[in-house]
Amino acid sequence: MAIKEFFDIPARYKKWSMALMGVGVLSVIVGFILYGTGEEHGKRFWATMLQNSTYFLLIANAAMFFVCATTLAMGGFQMAFRRVSEAISVAVIPLGIIALVVLIALCVVDPEMYEWLHPGNDKLLLGKKGFLNSGFYIIWTILTIGLWIVLGAKMRKLSHELDNNPLPDVEAGRKYIFKNSVWASIFIVWFGLTAMSVTPWLWLMSLDAHWFSTMYSWYTFASTFVAGLALITIFVVYMKNQGYLEYTSEEHIHDLGKFMFAFSIFWTYLWFAQYMLIWYANIPEETIYFKSRVTTNHSKGAYTGLYWFMFCINFIAPILILMRRGSKRNYTTVTFMAIVIIFGHWLDFNQMVFASKFPEHVELNLFDFGVAAGFVGLIMYSTGRAMAKYPLLAKNHPLIKESIIHHT
Amino acid sequence: MAVKKFVVGVFTEEEPLFEAVKKVRKAGYKLHEVYTPMPIHGLDQAMGLRDTSIHTAGFLYAIFGTTSMLSFMTWCLTTDWPWNIGGKPHFALPAWIPITFEFTVLCACVGMVLTFCYLCQLAPFVKKHHFNLRSTDDQFTMVIECTSKTNEAELSSFLGGVGATGINVQVAETGWWLGRYDKEQKLFEGQSETVSA
Repeated sequence: MAIKEFFDIPARYKKWSMALMGVGVLSVIVGFILYGTGEEHGKRFWATMLQNSTYFLLIANAAMFFVCATTLAMGGFQMAFRRVSEAISVAVIPLGIIALVVLIALCVVDPEMYEWLHPGNDKLLLGKKGFLNSGFYIIWTILTIGLWIVLGAKMRKLSHELDNNPLPDVEAGRKYIFKNSVWASIFIVWFGLTAMSVTPWLWLMSLDAHWFSTMYSWYTFASTFVAGLALITIFVVYMKNQGYLEYTSEEHIHDLGKFMFAFSIFWTYLWFAQYMLIWYANIPEETIYFKSRVTTNHSKGAYTGLYWFMFCINFIAPILILMRRGSKRNYTTVTFMAIVIIFGHWLDFNQMVFASKFPEHVELNLFDFGVAAGFVGLIMYSTGRAMAKYPLLAKNHPLIKESIIHHT
Repeated sequence: MAVKKFVVGVFTEEEPLFEAVKKVRKAGYKLHEVYTPMPIHGLDQAMGLRDTSIHTAGFLYAIFGTTSMLSFMTWCLTTDWPWNIGGKPHFALPAWIPITFEFTVLCACVGMVLTFCYLCQLAPFVKKHHFNLRSTDDQFTMVIECTSKTNEAELSSFLGGVGATGINVQVAETGWWLGRYDKEQKLFEGQSETVSA
């Protein structure tokens, strides 16, 4: 079967990605003029930037985590569309640079987002100074994003290596798989030290500097991983509709749908575990986190509506809609659910940042959506370019046949 | 249950099975069942079997588990015997979620196992006829039911043509019965005949 190896970026795709990036840049400029200076030291502006840059960086990086995790698990099914996940992970480079600028600005420009920058006489903050200080924050952030980019590029390079020189024999194939596994495990170890533990504590949890939850990083990881899987699904379905990825079939979409279903439930498990333990113990310094998020008999949280809406579209919608076998094999339903999941977890990040910094009232308006649109455009642009640059099928990979005959 | 006549084709390889199933169905023979030692992906579609409904049953059991456990705990702790546990409200929903979840899973899995056993007619002392004992080991067995229009000799040579290596005609009970194999098997003794392809 003749296949279309290279993605020929359609004019409409280019136009849309450019338009969305334009909207993003415009929103950042307008937002900076409206909120960036003056009252509250531009907290409103920086909160939006923090939410969007970290969220989109983490979901683009989840694509590389998916590639590495399936490599380590000797997974074969994803090989047919592996180049799509690799292409999405290219977006980590521009997104990482933007996030780096925003995060370092939060320390250097200091719009009073991070209370721990000025501990004063606060005993708790002084006690956490070994971890929460701008030196460690900046170095760890640079290391995190830098190594994500470098190790991701190494994984992609290993994959592209085979395109023009097929493996001569089985022994070479074994060696190739082993080399892949080594680099994938290095990425996963670093991913575990950053996205699954330290980095969300620094970037997001330290917005509530007095409060802490050991589940927090797992929670953000689950949130971004399920959204990252949804992103891969959207791109795969788009490429199918454009007539590419001839060897990817509804069997692969079915498996991606299962992943989205399973990790939506995994996210809910972590969400609930964090909520219930704090609810059960009922210690004031812990329950403070939910004061602005949940309405109780004693207090009214401004973010209650947003919080439960987010819970509904992140848990109840996936579990009910993606449960049936048929709906996981239907391109329309899967795409719809992928968009719902990405939006739902974007709202999740919104409440993570805003309910901590603006506990009195919900701050969600066109500015946030404009910035988000810009990031979506950026992901579209860089993924499209990456898909056009390299063949869409890793045709010489040892596991490619397993993926083509994959059957759920 | 009715005792019927079957033509049994034994395959030693997996590959010709798909082609054979396709040809048998196209020729209009009544495919009774294909017995394989391991699950073969795609064979159910090739045979034209409908999707199992066991997952729908599982969903219903799960819904039953959720609602019954939640309502039971609600009745216990708000109406029948309200307790003050650590100053929490009587209707302490978050604390009940783990129990509800576990009971949901328990109902779903136990219910599905029992349903599966019922659908496959598996239970202690329930017996079914085995067309070929080696279909649990290394052979693939295709069983075709004879109707009034079926010509056995023709069907046997047809099966030989699609790749079956051993072909025989068996008279067997289609349903299940209670009893012991060593005794019940005698019912069908002498009713099996070997036809060479």
